[in-house]
Amino acid sequence: MRHLANTWFAERLGDSGIRTIYLADHHPAHMPCLEIMRLDWLRAAEQARRLEMRFVAVWAAGAGCHDQDRGARHGLYAYMAFAHPEHCHALLRTPLADENPSLPSIAGEFVAASRMERHMADMFGITIEAAPDARPWIRHEHWPRGAHPLRDDFDGKNPMPPCPCSGDYDFVRSASSGVYEIPVGPVHAGIIEPGHFRFLAVGEQILNMEERLGYVHKGIERAMQGRDAASGAKLAARISGDSAVAHAWAFAQASEYAAGIKPPRRASLIRGILCERERMANHIGDIGAICNDAAFAFMHMQMQRLREDMARLHQEIFGHRLLFDTIVPGGVTVDLGEAQLARLERQTRAIAAEVEHLRSIYADHPSIQERVIGSGVVSVDDARDIGLLGFAGRASGNYPDARIEEAYPPYDELKVHVAEGKSGDVATRVWVRFEEIADSARLIGEMVERMPDGPIAAEWTPPEPGVSGFAAIEGWRGEIAAWVRFGEKGLIDRYFVRDPSVINWLGLELAVREVPVPDFPLNNKSFNCSYSGNDL
Amino acid sequence: MLRMLRQIVRIGTITERLATSDAYERLGRELEDAVKKRFAGSLAIRQVDAGSCNGCELEIHAANNPYYDIERFGVHFTASPRFADMLLVTGPVSVNMKTALEMTYEATPDPKLVVAVGDCAEHCGVFGRENYAIAGCVSDIIPVDVVVHGCPPTPSDIIRGILAAIDRMP
Repeated sequence: MRHLANTWFAERLGDSGIRTIYLADHHPAHMPCLEIMRLDWLRAAEQARRLEMRFVAVWAAGAGCHDQDRGARHGLYAYMAFAHPEHCHALLRTPLADENPSLPSIAGEFVAASRMERHMADMFGITIEAAPDARPWIRHEHWPRGAHPLRDDFDGKNPMPPCPCSGDYDFVRSASSGVYEIPVGPVHAGIIEPGHFRFLAVGEQILNMEERLGYVHKGIERAMQGRDAASGAKLAARISGDSAVAHAWAFAQASEYAAGIKPPRRASLIRGILCERERMANHIGDIGAICNDAAFAFMHMQMQRLREDMARLHQEIFGHRLLFDTIVPGGVTVDLGEAQLARLERQTRAIAAEVEHLRSIYADHPSIQERVIGSGVVSVDDARDIGLLGFAGRASGNYPDARIEEAYPPYDELKVHVAEGKSGDVATRVWVRFEEIADSARLIGEMVERMPDGPIAAEWTPPEPGVSGFAAIEGWRGEIAAWVRFGEKGLIDRYFVRDPSVINWLGLELAVREVPVPDFPLNNKSFNCSYSGNDL
Repeated sequence: MLRMLRQIVRIGTITERLATSDAYERLGRELEDAVKKRFAGSLAIRQVDAGSCNGCELEIHAANNPYYDIERFGVHFTASPRFADMLLVTGPVSVNMKTALEMTYEATPDPKLVVAVGDCAEHCGVFGRENYAIAGCVSDIIPVDVVVHGCPPTPSDIIRGILAAIDRMP
């Protein structure tokens, strides 16, 4: 863990005349939080863009205990986070006015900020100035007027009363004759999560596809408030069930940073094994499902078989098929004996070998290759513009990987190989996933070998009220960014998390332009973004 | 093609037989009999995620994998509620999904069965009832025949729940 304060960003901002105040109650020091003036907000974003920083997230939070100590001049703050390959993450925040809070949009600099700003507007009633897209996002038409769930004066305990719909969602439309609309969802044809897609199509080709999400909004941010760390970890594991390990880890790590707790090395290595197993299982399942969407059922069945083998071993060793509730703040809940480690390692190796064999069959099969090669391209420039994350980013020449950028334990002692794809089509996304399965298997082998003796958890002591922590964890979809702040009695006072899907959903919209409508499922599966993780 | 065939032969049929998992096979036979008797051999299910974290969806998918292969008992998942016999509903019902769930229920022809899958569907789970974004558990919104416990329930629990719902039919 690097504990040196990262002053790089503050110095660069200073060079352009933006004054920053270092906040000492934010951890860790190598991902500092700097307070700037509201009028510098947009300029700071411009600077970040100029410095080729990657946009991570923008969010809001009420004043914490320390802010109130400072004189309670402001009730609300806006935060944004950026990352740089060599200088880690940095957070900026600015106070907002109590009455009619407003904030300039940074979506002109970072297009991915737009939906996050819409989320802020819905949740806090913050006016986003000069927003390129001012439509509500999570807030659906039937929400009561003036309901902003993360405001202190909002009743978060009772279901919102049903209200008559106030207008329709203003989808992108086309006035051209010959363009027709296909509405899909929220209830989809398969066994998947709900969301609405609006296609504009000409003949068989998709002209534009627009996503309308928010259907599985479960008030997770509000539900986090007032929980202790243990109960928060349980909720975090259920932000997106397929990323239970990664989300719980992000929550745990942010909390540990805030509390200044370092999990034992054995715990970190077990976390690494859990996370890489989760990555393998999801990539394996998805490759099968992608092939299935192109009617290559053989591969689907073979891959589902391997995924089930993994789930069964997880049940035996960790007591849960999908590895829920294995990570808690301080460490992990399950210790592994010699025999169990050996079994995990053996199965991982066997599965990786099977996947390699299946991969050669997949590569030799013209009917699937014909469907995936060249379908749904996200160009390198587009991927960079939206900051595409994870395997989808790595398929389009954009290689952020929190395991390397942040090198959090156990990845500080391991070398992660990044698959560097450029073509950005379905085939490349599948290729990256195959590469990642192989690399995860290798990493698991190394972690089993390095496993030291020792405790599996450090004692959890909550930080003093008002302290916050930020963590970035590379889940199987990509970087999960998490920011937690504790209040009185060790209870969470604000939790913000950005699932990689929030950004990668934009990638899908770009990918399916000029793709035939029947190839949409194939493309959708190649990204497999989380609805639940997006909607919170 | 030859290599595909070789792989298929090498793996063989892994679908679990009487000998390896007695309980599951017996369960499957019962299900198959019930589906034959009540649904002329074919039970069509429409799955509705009303707000789940997608963990339950993964396990419903798993019920279709070659180990469980629920289709061999005549149970299959359909793309539309209009020709479904049963709804398999997951998740606490989010305020934003309530209308869609009600419409899906309405679109399913009578007589219809509803199985609420998972702890969230049963009692809102970890998300809690005291939550502005949760309209309630599944039975608060539509009539439920059977509840399957678990977070998420295992594939065999889900299959057991489907059978229990058929058994409860008059």
